[in-house]
Amino acid sequence: MMKKRPHNPGIERIGRVTLALFILCFGVLCAARLCLAASQTEHPVPSTLKPESTPAETIYHLSFLVTAINVSVFAVVFGLLVYVLLRFGRRAQDPNREPAQVYGSTQIELAWTVIPVLIVVILFLATARVIHAIQDARRPESAVEVTAIGHQFWWEFRYPKYGVVTANELHIPVSDPSRPTPTFLKLLSADTDHSFWIPQLAGKTDLIPNRTNEMWMDPRSTGVYVGQCAQYCGTQHAKMLLRVTVDTQTEFDEWIRQQQKPVASPSMEVAGKHVFESTACVNCHAIAGTSANGRFGPDLTHLMSRSTIASGAAENTAESLRLWIQNPDAIKPGSLMPAMKLNESDLDALVKYLRTLE
Amino acid sequence: MSSEAIAIPVAGERSQPWMQALHEWVVTVDHKRIGILYIALALFFLLIGGLEAAIIRVQLLRPHNDFVSPQVFNRMFTMHGTTMIFFVAMPILFGFANYFVPLMIGARDMAFPRLNAFSFWLTAFGGTLLYFSFLGGSGLYGAGNAPDVGWWAYAPLTSRAFSPGNSSDYWTISLLVSGFGSIGTAINLFATTLCMRCPGMKLSRMPLFVWLNFVMSGMVLLAITPLSAAQIMLLTDRYLGGHFFDTQAGGSATIWMHFFWIFGHPEVYILIIPCFGFLSEIVPVFSRKPIFGYPVMVGATICIGFVSVSVWAHHMFTIGMNSYANSFFALTTMAIGVPTGIKIFNWIGTMWGGKLRFTTSMLFCVGFLFQFLIAGLTGIMLGTAPLDWQLGGSYFVVAHFHYVIVGGILFAIFAAFYYWYPKMTGRMLSETLGKIHFWLFLIGFHLTFDVMHIPGILGMPRRIYTYEAGRGWEIWNLISSIGAFVQAIAILVFVLNLVISYFRGSRAGSDPWDAWTLEWSVSSPPPAYNFLAIPTVASRRPLWDRKHPEDPDSRYE
Repeated sequence: MMKKRPHNPGIERIGRVTLALFILCFGVLCAARLCLAASQTEHPVPSTLKPESTPAETIYHLSFLVTAINVSVFAVVFGLLVYVLLRFGRRAQDPNREPAQVYGSTQIELAWTVIPVLIVVILFLATARVIHAIQDARRPESAVEVTAIGHQFWWEFRYPKYGVVTANELHIPVSDPSRPTPTFLKLLSADTDHSFWIPQLAGKTDLIPNRTNEMWMDPRSTGVYVGQCAQYCGTQHAKMLLRVTVDTQTEFDEWIRQQQKPVASPSMEVAGKHVFESTACVNCHAIAGTSANGRFGPDLTHLMSRSTIASGAAENTAESLRLWIQNPDAIKPGSLMPAMKLNESDLDALVKYLRTLE
Repeated sequence: MSSEAIAIPVAGERSQPWMQALHEWVVTVDHKRIGILYIALALFFLLIGGLEAAIIRVQLLRPHNDFVSPQVFNRMFTMHGTTMIFFVAMPILFGFANYFVPLMIGARDMAFPRLNAFSFWLTAFGGTLLYFSFLGGSGLYGAGNAPDVGWWAYAPLTSRAFSPGNSSDYWTISLLVSGFGSIGTAINLFATTLCMRCPGMKLSRMPLFVWLNFVMSGMVLLAITPLSAAQIMLLTDRYLGGHFFDTQAGGSATIWMHFFWIFGHPEVYILIIPCFGFLSEIVPVFSRKPIFGYPVMVGATICIGFVSVSVWAHHMFTIGMNSYANSFFALTTMAIGVPTGIKIFNWIGTMWGGKLRFTTSMLFCVGFLFQFLIAGLTGIMLGTAPLDWQLGGSYFVVAHFHYVIVGGILFAIFAAFYYWYPKMTGRMLSETLGKIHFWLFLIGFHLTFDVMHIPGILGMPRRIYTYEAGRGWEIWNLISSIGAFVQAIAILVFVLNLVISYFRGSRAGSDPWDAWTLEWSVSSPPPAYNFLAIPTVASRRPLWDRKHPEDPDSRYE
């Protein structure tokens, strides 16, 4: 039986506002759900809620436990708080009397110390298990090894076993659970701190100069996964984008074969090649089989096998290549690529030459 | 009685020229005036830091926006973070501590009044120096500019190779200088609390606000010193050829992280613990009950103080520490939730069975409880190392710590303003404007920071000046930006309230809230000497004893 209390408009307002806030939060969550459901095929949303690889999925499952505990704690404390606000809001009667002066209660305080301690123990055990499972995972013989090197505003990927060097777009094979071919990344940095983060495949790990880090992933389905640098690394941190193409094993082998091929002799584009070799391009870029062996910028040997340039900042088209060479700031202000200031004919020749690097 | 004023001949007490008034403020060693100076300085920087936040939110309104260049954006978030932590949150909390710790323990001033003034001016100089970088920084390019290395300035981004010119030096030196100011004030608060208490004010009878500032000042001594050391090492690297953090010469980037975060995480508690102090004074008064479980509140605070210096590496879960280190820091991080949880329960316990008065101050306290609860829970999520591998460094973290700093600390600071402004000025703040301020700010806060968690979950890293379309981030950023402007309007209402009420507010009298601690026993504003006769106390609530001689607290101790 509830005892009737005199009407209190102030309290009712708090009730209404709480309800409104609840509805707002609920609405936001529903909208988020819809938004997530809308995108499925090409993985354009790098959502942590759509894991496609063991590390990301283990974390995703742990998040259920954590969220469940959090929601229950929230419900209890929030419920208590709202109850107290509604029940003990100042009533009209006896305005001059002070309420009973209570100083504390050992039993109650003990209870709300012990229960959180138990929750912490449970959470910690679950967490430690996942940390161990991900960080101390055994590396199978069949693992693909890639060295990822962070540079100011682009990624370098080296496949030491295959002698392949590429940039910004990582290719790895899909991992069949029955015959796992996970990819193990060795993470290095050439300059400042960076962080490798493809939310659907694994949590992030930093690339720190003068230090070797490691992470792994075993994607279960093919497709292009997006992510980007997650540790502030300088002016163009925002456009240090990252694409991981997960291929079937045959596609991957084919890609490796294609990357290992020496560059086709560009007899048609001698003029462009000459421009490339006689300007500052060679100081920073390498093209296998030519005199260009710079390492400061991305390797261009198979430039046209990549779908983007400037670490994902632009599509790899003739127009954007042209713009990138002439005025990189138009695409990525503050990037370390200098404006080459070539005349029109040299520029045309150079772009034509670059377009042959397949 | 101590509430009566005695006439002290003050130079130029009659109509004094403004130069003389200014001069008195500059040379003052009165803890109350220094407190107000701290608060005024912090409010000034709050507006600047808020403007920087607004620029950030306009830029992120939509993908590929070009409101500012990447260089400007990076300076904005660096300056926003540095300003808000070092020149808004810390000074404003020091200001309240300066003003009210001596009053609450029945003292006439701080233990070292000159050190107090010196500390304030160091902080003010540090802030000025930081902003002077807009004119004097980046020596190489002539035009000058602000630092752009982020507020935690990870090595080696701060080395000469990646940060030429002088803008990083302005950042380093300004934090070094204001850090010395913080250390001075911490020593002062520590000594004041230990040595200046009035007769009967045993440690176990101090108001919780004093206790919490006591613990806070101990933590400042522990936390600011490694930061200062790191800044000196950085300067050595930059100018004396040192290699502490110079990775190209064998230095270590992670050593900087350890130094910074062993300052940085206790810093969060340095900011929130005085706010716990505000709540522990305001919630009881507006619930008409003493604080629930005083000894446990003190114990929990000391516990937080100790545990908080063992959690720093949870900011570094992604740097590739081994699984044992990650597990250890996950455990300590979760463990700190226990004493913090106890505090939330004890405030609810204080309200339970009370007679709540929903003044603006109390509303801000309720907002604090609600938001701090959520901030704590998302903190547990981030403390779970594997979840941090996904959510750390993303907008989820940005939402989380703004929940702590805006939803928690700033709400508590607003509560403190509405509660103590009458004591400091003699005028009440307008409740009407106050309620408008509260509801606008609450709505703006939730619009901005509730939805900000979502882009983080969807993979949006922090500190990016622009983002790609089609990643599911647009709508959330748009809502966040709209919320930021609602907050800005609320802040303007608040400033308006401060100004209007100063001239037009109703007279406060010495004890407008019917409160229980010693500051309410003297006139508003208190006389320069605080107490005509040093009071003697017999319980935790001396004014309750005075008002209820038939049922004094002292009977139950």
